[in-house]
Amino acid sequence: MLETLDNGKPIRESRDIDIPLVAAHFFYYAGWADKLQYAIPGAKSVPKPLGVVGQIIPWNFPLLMAAWKIAPALACGNTVVLKPAETTSLTCLLLAEIIQEAGLPEGVVNIVTGAGETGAAIVNHPDINKVAFTGSTEVGKIIARSVANTDKKLTLELGGKSAHIIYEDAAIDQAVEGVINGIFFNQGHVCCAGSRLLLEESVADTVVEKLKARMEKLRVGNPLDKNTDVGAINSAAEHVKIKKLIETGKTEGGEFFEPASVNLPTKGYFHKPCFFNRVSSAFTLSRVEVFGPVLAISTFRTTQEAISKANDTQYGLAAGIWSEKGSKIHKTAAALKAGVIWANTYNKFDPTSPFGGFNESGYGREGGRHGLFPYLDI
Amino acid sequence: MRTISLQKENGFPLAIQAVSVDEVGATERADFFTKRSVKKDSKLAALYLALSMCDLTTLEGSDTPGRVQQMCAKARFPVPPDMIEPHLQKRNLPPIPAVAAVCVYPSMVPVAVKALAGSGIGIASVATAFPSGQAPLEVKIEDTRFAVEKGATEIDMVINRGAFLSGRYQEVFDEIVEIKRACGDAHLKVILETGELGSYDRVRLASDIAIEAGADFIKTSTGKVTPAATLPVTLVMLQAIADHHRRTGKKVGMKPAGGIRTSKQAIQYLCMVKETLGTDWMTADLFRFGASALVNDLLKQIYKELTGRYYYDKVFSID
Repeated sequence: MLETLDNGKPIRESRDIDIPLVAAHFFYYAGWADKLQYAIPGAKSVPKPLGVVGQIIPWNFPLLMAAWKIAPALACGNTVVLKPAETTSLTCLLLAEIIQEAGLPEGVVNIVTGAGETGAAIVNHPDINKVAFTGSTEVGKIIARSVANTDKKLTLELGGKSAHIIYEDAAIDQAVEGVINGIFFNQGHVCCAGSRLLLEESVADTVVEKLKARMEKLRVGNPLDKNTDVGAINSAAEHVKIKKLIETGKTEGGEFFEPASVNLPTKGYFHKPCFFNRVSSAFTLSRVEVFGPVLAISTFRTTQEAISKANDTQYGLAAGIWSEKGSKIHKTAAALKAGVIWANTYNKFDPTSPFGGFNESGYGREGGRHGLFPYLDI
Repeated sequence: MRTISLQKENGFPLAIQAVSVDEVGATERADFFTKRSVKKDSKLAALYLALSMCDLTTLEGSDTPGRVQQMCAKARFPVPPDMIEPHLQKRNLPPIPAVAAVCVYPSMVPVAVKALAGSGIGIASVATAFPSGQAPLEVKIEDTRFAVEKGATEIDMVINRGAFLSGRYQEVFDEIVEIKRACGDAHLKVILETGELGSYDRVRLASDIAIEAGADFIKTSTGKVTPAATLPVTLVMLQAIADHHRRTGKKVGMKPAGGIRTSKQAIQYLCMVKETLGTDWMTADLFRFGASALVNDLLKQIYKELTGRYYYDKVFSID
């Protein structure tokens, strides 16, 4: 409830996705705490923690990102200074209370609220041994510059413009559902959102037609309504940014679509789920992360073209492949430069699975055994 | 992609593209409809609608004229009038709707016709050697003709699963075409018996064959095989209907049957139909529930919505 109030995401997602994943993440890393020696093959002794880690998290999954950061850090024996985003601090503060109740010694987990300046103070503090950041590529670059020439370790989980490939032999109805989940989940405020849809030409029209029909059925509105599929844009600033990018998209070309039967509440930062069909790889919408419910659709003719188009980006966070042919999925997945690749599904998260990107999507992995390494002195 | 090449009655070829269904994705999507929350006035409207879509069914070897008469009486008078009417008047609501049809064996059709005379309630009869379908085509056609002659307005046939599972799709197709002809003006519902088909890919293919062969409705199950109707299986069939509608503009109906016992389930199905096919299908002309226990649960929930409390079960007649 608090997460939905604070962030604007549908209560169904907070209830069924965010909060269960938070619990799963803590549970998973709690299991590692006394088995660290076995996390690194051939380790002679228990690996040492780094010390004090500074963590800065975004507003799209406030509590889940806190769990992603705090759980592995604590499991490895570090202490934490964590800064939630200035627009979504509430659940982190509630978590701090829970941590107090749980009897964690004072000073082990420190939550500091604030905006960019606070973040800079954490990053630049001389006693910080490691910085972990999830957020925009822009800020990620600033942080990377700040910690250069220091011995601070750094992991960055940044933006993405992830490709969602649908081959002609895919299960189309389920693929369409995957596209919906890929781009409209959490209003598109997802770093790994499948924001570039690549369709094999022979099925492109069918998919677009079905996608339109499906989008007409989305319910956009009050995030506290259990039936809401797409909630509110997190802040006025984000809303302006999304609208601006759509305007740019309209001037560049492509066919714009937004569902006519979706009604938005008159008050609040709501935005219709939409897409641009027939966009070129050169268009802004194919290259820039919108971080909103905006999808860019283009087509391809062969597997090779699908792969080269999917990799034609400065990012490399995630990708999705839809095909009923296993060999094609493996061939494509092996050639994609993305940290997470889903086959015949999208936006599935599990604490046991490492998550992270290539290129401007950042470096370091969170989740799974790999998620321990950034917090250990190895 | 696999193409099934068939021949139509008029000798022209018919190519059916076998559509793949991702089982995990279909199940996940179907599960989504269990999370819709329908309350208050919307719930009451959904309960009314569901009741008007019920095919009240008895298909037992032990069926007798007496049993069928009882059920028909239930179809006409689902609830003691003085129990609900005052509450309806208080809120200015329409009367409780009658069910859409009763569903019986062919031998019981004359009984049902007599019992339901003048009520406007449809008379559905299973035919074609229900439930196994293991009889010669001539027998199946005769079975159908008999039911229609005796006054059945709807025929629920079973597909030839033996032929389907051994890949003799033409035979399955031809049988449906023949039965459709034997139906005359009666509506044809084609039962796929999804519990025997083994995969959603096959459910989809059987749906497409049945629709192409002229089914007015496609129906999940006989109720004699487990699993009967489930949300994912129904979703796959609804998607076949949606694709056919997109291609041809024709509207085929859907009837999940077996295993739908509660109002909660019924509402989940209604949400799924609405979000997959649209409001056009929210009518008994295009959507039915094959059920018997469901009717009393709907009545119970309607009473609860009207009064804010549950009445004890005994007040509703069993059948």
